[in-house]
Amino acid sequence: MSEQDRPKHASPERPGLAALRGRLEGARGPEFWRSLEELAGDEAFQELLHREFPRQASEWTEGLDRRRFLQLAGASLALAGLACTRQPLERIVPYVRQPEEIIPGRPQFYATAMTLGGYALGLLVESHEGRPTKVEGNPQHPASLGATNAFAQAAVLGLYDPDRSQLLLKLGEISTWASFLESLRGRLQAQRSLKGAGLRILTETVTSPTLAAQIRSLLALYPKAKWHQYEPAGRDMARLGARMAFGRFVETRFDFGKADVVFSLDADFPAAGPGAVRYTRDFTDRRRRRDGRAAQGRLYVVESAPTLAGTLADHHVTVRAGEVPVLAQALAAALEVPGVPRPAAAPASPFVTAAAADLRAHAGRSLVLAGEYAPPEVHALAHAMNHHLGNAGATVLHTDPVEAEPVDQAASLGELVGEMRAGHVDILAILGGNPVFTAPADFRFGEALGKVPLRIHLNGERDETAEYCHWHVPEAHFLEAWSDARAHDGTATVIQPLIAPLYGGRSAHELLSVFTDDTPRSGYDTVRDFWRGRTGTAGFEAFWRKALHDGVVPGTALPSRTLPLLASAVPEAVAAIALAGAAEAKASLAGQETCELVFRPDPTIHDGRFANNGWLQELPKPLSSLTWDNAAFIGPAAAARTGLVNGAVVEIVAGGKSVQAPVWILPGHPDGSMTVTLGYGRRKSGRVAKGAGFDPYVLRDSTAPWLLPKVSFRPTGEHRALAATQHHFNMEGRDLVRVATLEEMRADPECIKRMGETPPKDQNLYPGFAYPGQAWGMAIDLSACTGCNACVVACQAENNIPVVGKEQVLRGREMHWLRVDRYYQGDPEDPETHHQPVMCMHCEQAPCEVVCPVGATNHNSEGLNVMVYNRCVGTRYCSNNCPYKVRRFNFLKYNDETTPVLKLLHNPDVTVRSRGVMEKCTYCVQRINEARIDSEREGRDLRDGEITTACQQACPSQAIVFGDINDGKSRVSAWKSEPSGYGLLEGLNTRPRTTYLAKLRNPNPALRPDKGRDRG
Amino acid sequence: MENRTTNYRSPLIAPGYTTSTVTDKISAVVLARTPRWWYVGFGVTFLLVMMLLYAIAHLFAVGIGIWGVNVPVAWGWAITNFVWWMGIGHAGTLITAILLLLRQAWRNSINRFAEAMTLFAVACAGIYPLLHLGRPWVFYWLFPYPSTLGIWPQFRSPLVWDVFAVSTYATISLLFWYVGLIPDLATLRDRSKKRVAQIGYGILAMGWRGSARHWHNYESAYLMLAGLATPLVVSVHSVVSFDFAAGIVPGWHSTVFPPYFVAGAIYSGFAMVLTLAIPLRRIFGLEDFITLRHLQNMAKVMLATGLIVAYGYLMEFFMAWYSGDMYERYVSLNRMFGPYAFQFWALIACNILAPQALWLRRVRSSPPVLFAIAIVVNVGMWLERYVIIVTSLHRDFLPSSWGMYSGTIWDWATFIGTLGLFLALMFLFIRFLPMISIFEMRTMVPEANVEETPR
Amino acid sequence: MPQIFHRSTNTLSRFTIYAAAFLLAGLMWIVMAVARSPYTTGQGVVLEQPVPFSHEHHVAGLGIDCRYCHTSVETSAFAGMPPSATCINCHKMIWTNSAMLEPVRASFRTGQPLRWTRVNDLPDFVFFNHSIHVAKGIGCASCHGRVDRMPLMYQAVSLQMEWCLDCHRRPENHLRPRSEVFNLGWQADDQQALGKRLAREYRVRSVSDLTSCSTCHR
Repeated sequence: MSEQDRPKHASPERPGLAALRGRLEGARGPEFWRSLEELAGDEAFQELLHREFPRQASEWTEGLDRRRFLQLAGASLALAGLACTRQPLERIVPYVRQPEEIIPGRPQFYATAMTLGGYALGLLVESHEGRPTKVEGNPQHPASLGATNAFAQAAVLGLYDPDRSQLLLKLGEISTWASFLESLRGRLQAQRSLKGAGLRILTETVTSPTLAAQIRSLLALYPKAKWHQYEPAGRDMARLGARMAFGRFVETRFDFGKADVVFSLDADFPAAGPGAVRYTRDFTDRRRRRDGRAAQGRLYVVESAPTLAGTLADHHVTVRAGEVPVLAQALAAALEVPGVPRPAAAPASPFVTAAAADLRAHAGRSLVLAGEYAPPEVHALAHAMNHHLGNAGATVLHTDPVEAEPVDQAASLGELVGEMRAGHVDILAILGGNPVFTAPADFRFGEALGKVPLRIHLNGERDETAEYCHWHVPEAHFLEAWSDARAHDGTATVIQPLIAPLYGGRSAHELLSVFTDDTPRSGYDTVRDFWRGRTGTAGFEAFWRKALHDGVVPGTALPSRTLPLLASAVPEAVAAIALAGAAEAKASLAGQETCELVFRPDPTIHDGRFANNGWLQELPKPLSSLTWDNAAFIGPAAAARTGLVNGAVVEIVAGGKSVQAPVWILPGHPDGSMTVTLGYGRRKSGRVAKGAGFDPYVLRDSTAPWLLPKVSFRPTGEHRALAATQHHFNMEGRDLVRVATLEEMRADPECIKRMGETPPKDQNLYPGFAYPGQAWGMAIDLSACTGCNACVVACQAENNIPVVGKEQVLRGREMHWLRVDRYYQGDPEDPETHHQPVMCMHCEQAPCEVVCPVGATNHNSEGLNVMVYNRCVGTRYCSNNCPYKVRRFNFLKYNDETTPVLKLLHNPDVTVRSRGVMEKCTYCVQRINEARIDSEREGRDLRDGEITTACQQACPSQAIVFGDINDGKSRVSAWKSEPSGYGLLEGLNTRPRTTYLAKLRNPNPALRPDKGRDRG
Repeated sequence: MENRTTNYRSPLIAPGYTTSTVTDKISAVVLARTPRWWYVGFGVTFLLVMMLLYAIAHLFAVGIGIWGVNVPVAWGWAITNFVWWMGIGHAGTLITAILLLLRQAWRNSINRFAEAMTLFAVACAGIYPLLHLGRPWVFYWLFPYPSTLGIWPQFRSPLVWDVFAVSTYATISLLFWYVGLIPDLATLRDRSKKRVAQIGYGILAMGWRGSARHWHNYESAYLMLAGLATPLVVSVHSVVSFDFAAGIVPGWHSTVFPPYFVAGAIYSGFAMVLTLAIPLRRIFGLEDFITLRHLQNMAKVMLATGLIVAYGYLMEFFMAWYSGDMYERYVSLNRMFGPYAFQFWALIACNILAPQALWLRRVRSSPPVLFAIAIVVNVGMWLERYVIIVTSLHRDFLPSSWGMYSGTIWDWATFIGTLGLFLALMFLFIRFLPMISIFEMRTMVPEANVEETPR
Repeated sequence: MPQIFHRSTNTLSRFTIYAAAFLLAGLMWIVMAVARSPYTTGQGVVLEQPVPFSHEHHVAGLGIDCRYCHTSVETSAFAGMPPSATCINCHKMIWTNSAMLEPVRASFRTGQPLRWTRVNDLPDFVFFNHSIHVAKGIGCASCHGRVDRMPLMYQAVSLQMEWCLDCHRRPENHLRPRSEVFNLGWQADDQQALGKRLAREYRVRSVSDLTSCSTCHR
């Protein structure tokens, strides 16, 4: 084997890690952490931090690597002749004093949590000798129940990202924490005397009890100081809606488990808002109907752009975002909510009446959802409807706010900006966030910021805001620092770090402590003391240990309370809708030139905070399958009328401001509307985000954060190549995704099976295999899959799958072992959308196996189709012969083996593939082996469910089941025996081990039978 | 008999030649001073070879990713070129071996460089399977040998069969060609004036003295090799076609492949022979040896094999329709009307329409036109392989993973590079070895023609 | 005309032709031999270590059990390398100032770890798990040889794939009672009979399981 084709994996004794371990050992407890910090001082480590273009984090571009390749040229050419070189010597670097909880070679798991928009998602993080490598959901955490979303899965890459802010900067010059404290102290003394009149704190949404307490004590210390909050993709709409309905801020959470009929007003509940992961689980558990007998649950969706919720729906209508309020009113009217007149123009009325009837029939067991980004009046109406239907208290639970200090954030930021302009602000501490990039354009935040004498910025990234601030303090990643946060139901979690700050970052707690305490206190002490204060010293240790171990603080979930609906609520809402309607009418739409512009957070990089995360950048956007870019989504009709094609760049003009954006045609996108996702077009960022996409924030106003009723656009004639991973969305009449309604299943349980041919088992040229022991198999429930793509990132993290970059994706060389295919059927203006996760099917008669000349891919004794990287010579014949095209080839040296910090990221149980070898899904064979070895050592049999694949574990809707199909009692066997079970391309007699459960839907008989049942 | 033949057919060798004049004329080509144009020609092709080496170095250094290949289209130009070159080789073997066994005397004047062509084509073809590996430096894992890994190649894979087919083919061709050369090498040894040449040719001639015993052994050896080579003409390209036929890819998985690949091979091979023969006879004034009659015969063979190929295409489409397999049907339609329709119709024009001109005697007896058609057919046959590989792969079973393919600058560099290699070798061959078998031509001059009956 | 070559050329050329055949065969044989030679495998080669630790002395001489230092051998894939503290346990009493042990003491003092050179080094794409081999009754000696007779540590076997397969294809040739796993000198009187019995007793997986690629490669 040659040097560069010897896969590296960082098991405890590998040099890369050894170097780290070298510095780690001999330390215990706090020293242990500090010693890692010292690491940052080490030269090798510095080199590693500053190395050019780390692969995992950045795009693969041939040019920049030519240097390294030319060095390799000699080697590889020489190796063509002499192919067996001797292994280089390796070092084993043991501890000096071994922490007794560590068994070298065995991972540990710690409970912690990740926040997004302030809300916590409970996690269990896998750690190998002190380096976090993989994130899983925490089964005990109410927002997770063991599942995660794509953001959480990608968190480890975010942790090791070499582009993270690593230096404390003063005016862009490297400075030190000490000198920062020094310079701050004086200013704070001055503020003391002024009662903090000039002191302002700007945070994102805060649910952390500790942080809140700290800020409050700061406000006590500086009574005239003010605390502002702004979250670019925040929940103002829900807050204002709640205030409209109840006269105060109220947290609303839903119990999908009890809801028979769900009506969503542009609410993308599987993707958006806190609790999305939990809601997905509850929703699918509720309607998971295996046998097609009991009709369980029905989902109506009104959407302003194709959403994941829409793809799950039994009925959905697509309207322009501007029409959603009217439709909400129409529904309320149909439900006979007192005081709601039937709107003049109510689109999709048969749909509304049928849905209303259905909702009324299930009063108390139904649910009306208002979209995170729908205007307040829609939220208010939704509340009214839920009250009217008696859902409040049953499926809709109101609690006190989870946020420490709920405010109208747009207003809050506006106030701050006003004061900054007026010169009333002396010190502004921006704790997290990137307002210069994300603040509403009309605030001209950056300009106002310039008027503040002392500007302090704490963030993990040296971003646009850092540029504008005197002091930039690198923020510690959540896996590096102590904190706490609350979930959508109020449950608190103590966020514990798994590793000392790699780049010497500080947490918000540590920074705030500078303002309040004379001697700054560690985050650990701050958080711990807060909770000791809450629980009292008695038995605190036990409480603390349990809280850390479980990842939830017991008894912190907020109780549900019954709230009366304000009398003014409905009239206000109706009035607001009327007003908006008028505006709509003025903005005559669906013209060649003008349309409404809808803003949404990006499905993979959210508001821009994940822009530098290679995994999320290369993660195909759920519906468009775009990577590395955002686009202006338009419908087929608009495309046909304007003659725009995918990638054609248009100039979008609104209120004198304009951006240039490539369009992407999205079937099912309403005409007269254009949807853009935020977070792209970063001006100051890491290397990954550079040059990706365009920035819609410049068009975004505080008055209309999610919808501009009227913008004009014109083609520029330019074209931008957009890297989509899927180009063809028509099933071509093939039985790939099989769909049926419950009635059909009830009438004819065989209908799914009959949609395709299943050859008899004995048809095989070569003798079959016997599977005396376990026979691993997988089943995927297409009714449950929401297409959220969490599984894809989970797979990438678990299996050391490289990032290849836009240029390679354009060439069709993405490396994801697991992809979620998307097919449309029916009318392109309003199609049914189906998601189909596809990974290696582990065929029992695998076409790939017979064609490999060296037997690098073959069958193992348990029916796995295994891929032996070190045997592969790279003929790629197996890929050609794979009907599922799930094999991925290392056309170039995609895996970065030269950025040491990224070596820490690798899963030591999985070979890191090098150039020129094929790879594919292995059913997480490393997990199978580990579990089996444990069971054998303990002399017992494997238990069903003991082995979970990475994708299965991450899946919020539990759409994937893995197990032993020889065991008749296993869950996977049960799923596979369903009448709706089928294999993909069964007709080819590949006998896939991964099979699917057909997508079963439960349409309302009262409505016309669903379009596009004729598959393809 | 003799007369009737000559009546309606131009002779195999122009009248008025004696054994000695034949020998003079052919060996003169080699023994004369090197003409200036040769340096030019060889220089150019040599540069192309350098380009090939650079492309290969870059490939080994950076990886297969410099080519256009991707998923789903994991095979591209490399395999196209491989099959194309292998095909070209076949005509040589057919002419030298089969026509010899069939006593087709007209082959005598062209078999030598046809066989040389085979050798060089196989050399070019042989490069590609190595280059297209992701990890070329472990290519030897495809050979069965007692390795320290304790495992063997996977013999169900057509690629392993390829290894044997190609290596056998190369070996036999080389021997066959060399054995055929021995008497002429001796002639050159005796006629060359320079000491170096004498020794050089002398060693290669292996002490040939033309004794009766020599001739006896020679004849039997030559016939034996011909016998060995004959099945190869059929087997090698059949095995090559298995690379596709054994796959489940719609558009590949077809039983018609072996015969129609062999026919295609011979088709393209004869086209290449014509491409070379027509200029050569012109340049060296060998019209007397490679007469119109030769060209006409080759044209007829092309016409025949061309029609077999056409039948092959027809069958593919018929079976796609008749089988009722939706995937096969889609591939057929996609070939005709999909994104690669141009390449498809181009290949139909080149391989099926163009050769129909050969029905006309006037066309068959006009070297320039024949030359043009030969070139067209060469292009067509390359396109055929390209279409078979790319259009089948780029849209197979799951629409979700359909993709597009196009070659990169490096694909071009490698292909043109091998063309350069082929021509460079040809230049060396015509310079240093008799491109027409001297002694076999001697058997055709009237004085030797006592019992010999052409045809 | 004059002869170009001397008549001896005939014999010479014949000889060369025949010799060529043997030459090729010989060449192949040499390549195979080199591929299996200690030069390639590192078998039996003593590598330089920071401290010339003698297993012979500590195991045979003092009778220290393998697991005293290699603590995780029964629980983890990695057998475990003793932290410097483990050495110091004894060496704070004995040989407290021998120059040979200075690196160990220094490591303990400064917290800088010892950097041992890996002796039994499998390629990174091979996933060997000590614990399962121990649990199934494969003795240390089966792979590491008579460590108790090694004053300086060296790789006892070739560690090439064919060597691994030799045991995975015929485990009964190497199985021993669990009680004897750490007994380096143990010998069975009838290995075949015992091996077959233990294979059943310890539920050693079938050969097709043991020779599945995924057993070692992931």
